[in-house]
Amino acid sequence: MSVMTYGEAIREGMSIRMREDNNVVLFGEDVGAFGGCFGVTAGMFDEFGEDRVRDTPISEGVIIGAAVGSSATGLRPIAELMFCDFLTVGMDQLVNQAAKMRYMFGGKISLPMVVRLPLGAGVSAAAQHSQSLEAWVTHVPGLKVVYPSTPQDALGLMLSSIDDNNPVMYLEHKAMYAAKGEVASLDPIPLGKGDIKRAGTDVTVIATGKMVSEALAAAETLAKEGVELEVLDPRTLNPLDVGLIAQSIEKTSRVVVITEECKRGGFAGEISAIIAEELFDLLDGPPIRIGALNSPVPFAPVLEQYYLPNKDDVIAAVKKLA
Amino acid sequence: MKIDKEQIQDMYLRMRKIREFESKAQSLFAEGKIPGFVHLYLGEEAAAAGVCACLDDEDFITSTHRGHGHIIAKGGDLKYMMAELYGRETGYCKGKGGSMHIADRERGILGANGIVGAGHNIAVGAGLTCSYLNNGKVVVCFFGDASTNQGTFHESLNLASIWKLPVVFVCENNYYGISMSQGRHMSIKDIADRASAYGIPGIAVDGNDVLAVYEAASEAVARARKGHGPTLIECKTYRQRGHFEGDPGTYKPAKEQEEWLKKDPLPRLVNIMKETGFTDDEIAAIDNSVAAELAAAITFAEESPSPKVESTVEDVYSDIVEEVRVR
Ligand SMILES: Cc1ncc(C[n+]2csc(CCOP(=O)(O)OP(=O)(O)O)c2C)c(N)n1
Ligand SMILES: [Mg+2]
Repeated sequence: MSVMTYGEAIREGMSIRMREDNNVVLFGEDVGAFGGCFGVTAGMFDEFGEDRVRDTPISEGVIIGAAVGSSATGLRPIAELMFCDFLTVGMDQLVNQAAKMRYMFGGKISLPMVVRLPLGAGVSAAAQHSQSLEAWVTHVPGLKVVYPSTPQDALGLMLSSIDDNNPVMYLEHKAMYAAKGEVASLDPIPLGKGDIKRAGTDVTVIATGKMVSEALAAAETLAKEGVELEVLDPRTLNPLDVGLIAQSIEKTSRVVVITEECKRGGFAGEISAIIAEELFDLLDGPPIRIGALNSPVPFAPVLEQYYLPNKDDVIAAVKKLA
Repeated sequence: MKIDKEQIQDMYLRMRKIREFESKAQSLFAEGKIPGFVHLYLGEEAAAAGVCACLDDEDFITSTHRGHGHIIAKGGDLKYMMAELYGRETGYCKGKGGSMHIADRERGILGANGIVGAGHNIAVGAGLTCSYLNNGKVVVCFFGDASTNQGTFHESLNLASIWKLPVVFVCENNYYGISMSQGRHMSIKDIADRASAYGIPGIAVDGNDVLAVYEAASEAVARARKGHGPTLIECKTYRQRGHFEGDPGTYKPAKEQEEWLKKDPLPRLVNIMKETGFTDDEIAAIDNSVAAELAAAITFAEESPSPKVESTVEDVYSDIVEEVRVR
């Protein structure tokens, strides 16, 4: 058992597979000797060499495209985008190529590629460096999407993402890189398996990424008032662990969904719709969504904090349901 | 080319303003007064000053993440810039944009930009307006060496070329895109050579020599105004700081940094000024006026209020204010 930061766990996950399999390669902007804009790949250049840890020019189209082409022909690439927001620049390669190739080619080609996407707000990086774009990637058939909230999950999900034979979008929250946690297992965490981060009986709170800690903080507070929240982290957004969600709601009959995305059109809406359609009979009230405001991410810290959802929103939603 | 004393003074003023503003931004960031990311323009002042000295107030520019210098050179107001860096209500963007997104439509500043390569395309659009309306205005597109590896650069030069748009593409080759040296991110030495692929003139100049920049830019701007189409100018320069504040820039060899410090554009211009007959007092008078303007800008920023949180949902649309109670 060891304590790692979220960033270290991502690095360790990549490194474990790179030690075992020469076909796993990593590329992106400044991921080499510089160690990545957030330091996530620090030391990997020294360990694996310039052939396997490659700096690319600023060309997101070809970063994603090279992952498509190299994964189609035998490698298992990990492509890092410096910020999730830059996905826009490489969107054709992701949406029209990576996501659709296997299908268009009648299942005759596999794309075992991982795209790492640092996302999220909270560091005053403003509108073009802070977005949470889960909804975009979950909407596209052909992409799998994971979003760890702890170092343990970051490591285990990285292993399975690399092992998977499909394009996997690996979402990582940039404000969590320094967060520490215990990493007890070096085993892969299967894609599509959620996790109960805190067991409770009264209300299910489904949370992703950094919002898991907000949900847990709300649970602490409410526990003092005798309300027990169950905090469920799906960990994989696609495929989604609907079974675990059903089990939890069976117990609690009430559900709040919190994600960091702008609320309108967010993936939280998809989760809520699935619950409403499939689990309606288990519910005592409507699913409640909590998201960020429907604006671009503002720069000034006061505005950014106001923009972001937090534990108080969870508490208010739970009280509304009670 | 004959450059008169007044023009030299004007360029010096722009460069001195940038130098002092950036030095102050550096220390204010270190003191924790400026949140977010700050990319400083220290060492590259001659490029923005030499180019913008050829422009009228009504001309347009597009800028980058390293935008303070372009904005100051194009006439941006230090008060509103500083207030924006502080995230105050009185800033250029009411605290919504920060360092990387300062814009001033009145001054033709179409925005700093957080997306590397985005400005190229926008400049083409602005060039289309100028050409279509035949209004005699020109557009200057500022960008870094590493951004010329984005598809947008190539798309933009090509389209501006075939449509003969009045756009001057100004590449600030500071030899790095973050940690990637030019020699590692492209296989050619002169980025100006890329112009030939699009059938437009490409010239490389000493970007730390403001007079050389001015000369090249005057010609390109004149060409654009006459409707003869775009030019690519490569200004060879150097960023004296890390990529952003907080990056120690250890990938830049010490020797290289020393060499470039010797070519610092400000002392170079001061020497030229002295040779041209400027007295020490004249130069000191400019420096003092800049110091006073900057001090006032900082006071303005520090005394300005933070934006009201309700303003978060304003300005998303021209006509809709997003409901506050959305969550
Ligand atoms: C589309 C996109 N990709 C990557 C980045 C991250 N990034 C910001 S500045 C920069 C380097 C830019 O280098 P250059 O164009 O030479 O400008 P300089 O910083 O040297 O002024 C990078 C990689 C970004 N902001 N946008
Ligand atoms: Mg550069």
